[in-house]
Amino acid sequence: MNLTPEPLVYGLSSPGRVGVVLPESDVPVAPVPAWLERDSLPLPELDELTTVRHFTRLSQKNFSIDTNFYPLGSCTMKYNPKANEAAAAHPSWRNLHPYAGESMSQGALELVFRLQEILAEIGGFKAVSLQPAAGAHGELAGVFMIRKYHLERGDTRRVKILIPDSAHGTNPASCTMAGLEAVTIPSNAEGGVDLEALKAALGPELAGIMITNPNTLGLFERNIEEICRLVHESGGLVYGDGANMNAVTGVFRPGDAGIDVMHFNLHKTFSTPHGGGGPGVGMVAANATLAEFLPGPLVVKKGDVFALETPPKSIGRMKAFYGNFAVLVRAYAYVRMLGAEGLRRLAENAVLNANYLKVLVEKRWKVKYGRRCMHEFVASGDIAEGVHTLDVAKRLIDYGFHPPTIYFPLIVPEAVMIEPTETESKETLDAFAAVLDRIADEARDNPALLHDAPTTTPIGRLDEVAAARCPVLCYRA
Amino acid sequence: MPFVPNTDADRAAMLAAIGAGSVEELFADVPAARRFPKLELPKALSELEILRELDALAKKNEATDSGAWFVGGGAYSHFVPAMVPALAGRGEFLTAYTPYQAEVSQGTLQAIFEYQSMAAALFGVETVNASHYDGATALAEAVLMALHAVSGRPRVMIPAALHPEYREVLATYLEAFEVEVVEWKGSAAEAAKGVDARTACFVVQWPDFEGEVHELSGVADAVHAAGALLLVHVDPIFAALAKSPGSLGADIVTAEGQALGNALYYGGPYLGMMGATAKLVRKMPGRIVGEAKDKTGRTGYVLTLSAREQHIRREKAVSNICSNQGLVMLQSTIYMAALGKHGLARVARLCWDKAHYAAAELGKLPGFKVVNRTFFKEFLVHTPVPAAELVAKLEKRGVHPGLALSRWHPERTHELLVAVTEMNTKEQIDLLARSLAEASK
Repeated sequence: MNLTPEPLVYGLSSPGRVGVVLPESDVPVAPVPAWLERDSLPLPELDELTTVRHFTRLSQKNFSIDTNFYPLGSCTMKYNPKANEAAAAHPSWRNLHPYAGESMSQGALELVFRLQEILAEIGGFKAVSLQPAAGAHGELAGVFMIRKYHLERGDTRRVKILIPDSAHGTNPASCTMAGLEAVTIPSNAEGGVDLEALKAALGPELAGIMITNPNTLGLFERNIEEICRLVHESGGLVYGDGANMNAVTGVFRPGDAGIDVMHFNLHKTFSTPHGGGGPGVGMVAANATLAEFLPGPLVVKKGDVFALETPPKSIGRMKAFYGNFAVLVRAYAYVRMLGAEGLRRLAENAVLNANYLKVLVEKRWKVKYGRRCMHEFVASGDIAEGVHTLDVAKRLIDYGFHPPTIYFPLIVPEAVMIEPTETESKETLDAFAAVLDRIADEARDNPALLHDAPTTTPIGRLDEVAAARCPVLCYRA
Repeated sequence: MPFVPNTDADRAAMLAAIGAGSVEELFADVPAARRFPKLELPKALSELEILRELDALAKKNEATDSGAWFVGGGAYSHFVPAMVPALAGRGEFLTAYTPYQAEVSQGTLQAIFEYQSMAAALFGVETVNASHYDGATALAEAVLMALHAVSGRPRVMIPAALHPEYREVLATYLEAFEVEVVEWKGSAAEAAKGVDARTACFVVQWPDFEGEVHELSGVADAVHAAGALLLVHVDPIFAALAKSPGSLGADIVTAEGQALGNALYYGGPYLGMMGATAKLVRKMPGRIVGEAKDKTGRTGYVLTLSAREQHIRREKAVSNICSNQGLVMLQSTIYMAALGKHGLARVARLCWDKAHYAAAELGKLPGFKVVNRTFFKEFLVHTPVPAAELVAKLEKRGVHPGLALSRWHPERTHELLVAVTEMNTKEQIDLLARSLAEASK
């Protein structure tokens, strides 16, 4: 980690410096009308090496999968194969215009078509749209589809979507954006959906349920088929949030169990890099009931030719063009390198790693739901008097580990949500568990070490309250 | 298997620690009848094999690196300096998550802050967020934001010449709400007089889908006098040349940032840009990074104003957005820093000059007429024969003259949308003019 303060790009600017030389113009100068032309453009002036050093140094102020164990629960921070990057860098993908005619984009269309087919097979669905750009975008597409399905049938009363209290915040937020009402369903003592509460919430206003399986506690919803049956009998539809699909590829096909529509995060399960926030792909898959509502266009095969086509009752477009195509290339490369056998092995090792780590961690730390977990588990960070999850998270940084997801899910107090993924070795898991053990000792013997952490980073804990009260959101000269 | 380090010995040791007899046993919660389905998938390939296969597939495309391309329509071929992908591709940026843990994410956070700063300068607004999925979703979310910010006003005015796919995305996003979407035509200043007490926002695409750069003087005054917001969707390269939308009174500015250092990639990943006046910041969707201090007074950067967001507010959040286009934003940050004050203005100027040269040359051809009064890098031409026929004929010679508007408007058969950037040489433009002349004889 680079500890030297790096000035803002404006601080490196010097009048007259040029980073990129452009060609001389080979055409006459055309006048720009005075009413239109800007006086000056307040951007910095840097030479190339300064630019390169600046962004290289900034990169050195990050933890990343390439440099550190990153057990961020529900985010599936697995290794992102370099072959994916090589595959996506091909100039015939990079320089392909989205409005190159279908005859000139057959390679791209074929790749999209193959990936649609592969992902439909993995999930047990009829059709797939690769258009949504992120998980929340796929969720939004899915709830739009559910809404439209009911309206197409003339059923205008169905406005309620049930959401377990362990769900990601994007689920209820997506409902609001689709004009639907989110209704929270409590979890039972086992960490699953409370079936009695579910039954009480059914009725003629039910549009559907959004269910994450495995859920954010890292537990497989044992009653998944019963939940789907109850919701269907009540006239509702089932949305599957695929954020945690990494636990069950090749193990369980959600479509087989009665899920009607679902998103997968290709940037989690299918190993495309998170890029410091994106881009992802939240592809959305549907069974026969909802396939014709998918956002378009999809790629279809007509004889030997691939073409774009929008399903008949489509909810419409979720974004311009066809999706985050370069991310699709990466996911395709990955899934082809794994094959059916590899997909099952990845889930098996993800679950094995999580259970192994859980056994090591729960020797000292509370794990609220003690049964065997899937790809992740949730511990509590209040290991000693006056010590909180935040302190544990920050102390982990000093030992070179990225903290797990903290304070989520909301139903576990002081939550520490740990997802090791299948690409970590036993040695890494052992080392991480040993550090947690040591932090538990420190919490008891010298809690100041936790409260003052981290001390090995370019900055210490920031005053977020002050930052939000008087926000400084851009550089001021 | 690839990417899994566990050996059989590791697995055995781990299972013993867990107290499980087999890995299968760990999946006991999965309904037995549904467990371990047989997947019908193509057989696994090695890295060598998959790269070979993808190379063959990629080569079935005809990309902009061969032939002369004048195709735009919201995605533009611009020069991307080598340092942009080289730096953004560093593993420390590429394989980091959303920067929730500020102390180990200062690289990403400072880069976002620099992006916000440079994009705000380009747009002439106080605040820019850390990205949306693309220009179309940025615009759709900006309209939703305007509807919330000026509540009780169910009407939105959009240009008839808005990008047709943006229009579709907006329709998807507004589907569940009772919003009246009115299309305006003609001069923006004249149309803005139609803003009334029921209107939440007036949208301008600058330049619009047909390349026209509307004069904006008087527009903001009319919109604001009626109590509505002015939303300008701008081409960010154009913004380097033109007066900033903010200086002309825009309350919200959105853009498609692909042109700022990002490859075409068959339509994505691109960059949805959104900025606004300081007054609107707490209504704005998306991640925002702010400056902060630690206990010892050191300056750092942190995700801020998160009380707007879904992970805090759930169903009451201003948007559901979580993952965004972080890496694309980073590429645009590096691009803006590398090109800088003079370079970006130079790119804009090359586009302007070359597009005007091309328009002049095409305007000389018999039967061809340039429609636009003011344009930047894209313009609309009336053609003497159906534009789709010209496109089909010229493509065979490796000249891609632009987009036939009939693709979106079947009745507009004789209109061709031509895009010219710094990537096009005079030689290519002359070839375009010659080829169009021959093909329309």
